[in-house]
Amino acid sequence: MRRNWSIPYLLFLTFFVLIPLGLIVYYAFTSHDGTFTLTNFRKFWMHPEAMNTFIFSIGIALITTVLCLILGYPAAYILSRMESRKAQILVLLFILPMWVNFLIRTLATVALFDFLSLPLGKGSLIFGMVYNFLPFMIYPIYNILQKTDSNLIEAAQDLGANPRQVFLKTILPLSAPGISSGIMMVFMPVISTFAIAELLTINNIKLFGTTLQENIYNGMWNYGAALSLVMLLLIGLTSLLNSEGTTNDSAEGGLI
Amino acid sequence: MQKPEPIITIEHVSHSFGEKTVLDDINLVVRKGEFVTILGPSGCGKTTLLRLIAGFQKASEGKFTIAGTDVTETPPHHRPVNTVFQKYALFPHLNVYQNIAFGLNLKKLPSADIKKKVMQVLKMVTMTDYEERDVGSLSGGQQQRVAIARAIVNEPQVLLLDEPLAALDLKMRKDMQMEIRAMHKKLGITFVYVTHDQEEALTLSDTIVVMSEGKIQQIGTPTEIYNEPANAFVADFIGESNILNGVMIKDSLVEFADHQFECVDKGFGLNESVDVVLRPEDIYIFELSEAAQFTGTVTSCIFKGVHYEMMVITPEGYEFLIQDYHNFEVGRTVSLLVKPNDIHVMKKERLINTFEGVVIDKNQVRFLGHTFKLDEKISVPNGSKVKVAVDFNKIILQDNEEDGMIRGDVRFILYKGDHYHLTVVTKDQEHIFVDTNDVWDDGDRIGITIPPESIQLINQ
Repeated sequence: MRRNWSIPYLLFLTFFVLIPLGLIVYYAFTSHDGTFTLTNFRKFWMHPEAMNTFIFSIGIALITTVLCLILGYPAAYILSRMESRKAQILVLLFILPMWVNFLIRTLATVALFDFLSLPLGKGSLIFGMVYNFLPFMIYPIYNILQKTDSNLIEAAQDLGANPRQVFLKTILPLSAPGISSGIMMVFMPVISTFAIAELLTINNIKLFGTTLQENIYNGMWNYGAALSLVMLLLIGLTSLLNSEGTTNDSAEGGLI
Repeated sequence: MQKPEPIITIEHVSHSFGEKTVLDDINLVVRKGEFVTILGPSGCGKTTLLRLIAGFQKASEGKFTIAGTDVTETPPHHRPVNTVFQKYALFPHLNVYQNIAFGLNLKKLPSADIKKKVMQVLKMVTMTDYEERDVGSLSGGQQQRVAIARAIVNEPQVLLLDEPLAALDLKMRKDMQMEIRAMHKKLGITFVYVTHDQEEALTLSDTIVVMSEGKIQQIGTPTEIYNEPANAFVADFIGESNILNGVMIKDSLVEFADHQFECVDKGFGLNESVDVVLRPEDIYIFELSEAAQFTGTVTSCIFKGVHYEMMVITPEGYEFLIQDYHNFEVGRTVSLLVKPNDIHVMKKERLINTFEGVVIDKNQVRFLGHTFKLDEKISVPNGSKVKVAVDFNKIILQDNEEDGMIRGDVRFILYKGDHYHLTVVTKDQEHIFVDTNDVWDDGDRIGITIPPESIQLINQ
């Protein structure tokens, strides 16, 4: 009887996940006329433009993630040390922008740069990325830090750790699941996002997502599908690496 | 035999959290190698005191000295003490070995030395072969042992234990108690132990410090605390007791429960009101006979394994709790006898409620945050300070707190054989003591009314 309850979900899964995935795989491995081929992948491999864009996107994603970490961890730490009512209000303020549609936010950033007469380009791209994804880094880290048992910090002090050692040997390692979560929530979307790049660089700088979108838009479904699979592979690898890192499978692991 | 030197000195320590006073003028000396237990009910301040010794909080007032050095301003990582936490506080990201070695690693000892010490201490807590284990996979008792190992491996001068056995089941607790006692003898370091379990305190300690409401009630050896409690609180908290109102007629003669008894206490005034403590196991219960000092009827009899626990009520209306190996069935009339040595007489802490008040007009005084009408005429001018007295049995308590002139919480209930002696606390932390025959519960919110005829002025 219970099994029947899962039927709607299975239907959804089939139509909106499995079949589309299957279609992408089909298109990736066939050429325009339907014959099986690997040309799409070879094209990607040989073509300097696509490859460069791919590597460039990974680079941007890495820089964004690192910047988000550098800015986000201290912010999360300070928030976790504040008394809960003040902290809750501030956390809310951090999260509120996420509720505003992200295209509007990005366009607003463009307007801001325009107002301050700053050039659009790599700088604005990174700024836009970090601005958009910073809350995704702060929240999981804050969550974990908040849940850290204060007894553990006292135990470290009791055993002779000075404040620096308490942080490095206790707080930091215990917040690792939060950092993991944060990295996932930033790195993966940055790789695949294209709108930010388009808008904040007036299409000057192309990210991988843009390439993908362009191909699909222009009817090059086979090539686009192959690129999609490449991206999917990258995201899959990142996920795997991340879950290897977290040995503790306790339920408190941030947003994922 | 010379007393060992002091290792911890606590002088005039008080501590408050905001408005609430949690510790009130604590003075205590702990001697080297002692096993001291700080014993008291929840909320008495014992854990706060321990945390102040460890350094996790700085005391609002007072001075702490450990091993001759003033540590009042010293942070916890510089104090020569180690703590065993109630919830173990083992590092989840480290295994057993790494947890224990944590303190030693911080001291940058050579790894061969660290390994030797860790193995030694693992053997002492009987957890050898557990080094690689994840702390999450251990049972409560095992985690506790690792926590103890982690603390003692650093060879501190003082080991602080914060209710370490509270989360374990009874059998495990009894076993661990014995292990802790053995460890104390073997290590020879000073143990400061916090618990609310009086049996545990009596089993483990060299010295017990009984605390209640932020104050020390009594300091003594287990035998002293049990046989000679200093006041009604200690008598009631430690073991079972019968506590009754009595009168010391003269030296070695005391009257209670409407009978006179020979006792061994001297030094009280003639006809002085006192509190009398009788332990249930000290009351002899037997068949009706000439040898009876007084008699009673059994109202309940419960088998407790080691002994029977019986409630007996005398014709005059006084109830006694009695423990004996023989049982007497409900309804039976029995003989009761108490040996003089077993009657413990204590000075009464107070005979009447006294409050500081201010005169409002010729028949009203303000105290306890309320203006009361008096029957007595007031002759001193308005605004002057007066002392007001109210008898325990002249205060009315109401179920509904809005019905009373003042509101309060029932904080402590002492059964006195034929009535209850309650300690009620108002929101301003003032204490009102009430004698009543009604049954109230700890924590009840009640209304208090003091009628005009109950209020007396002292020293008008």
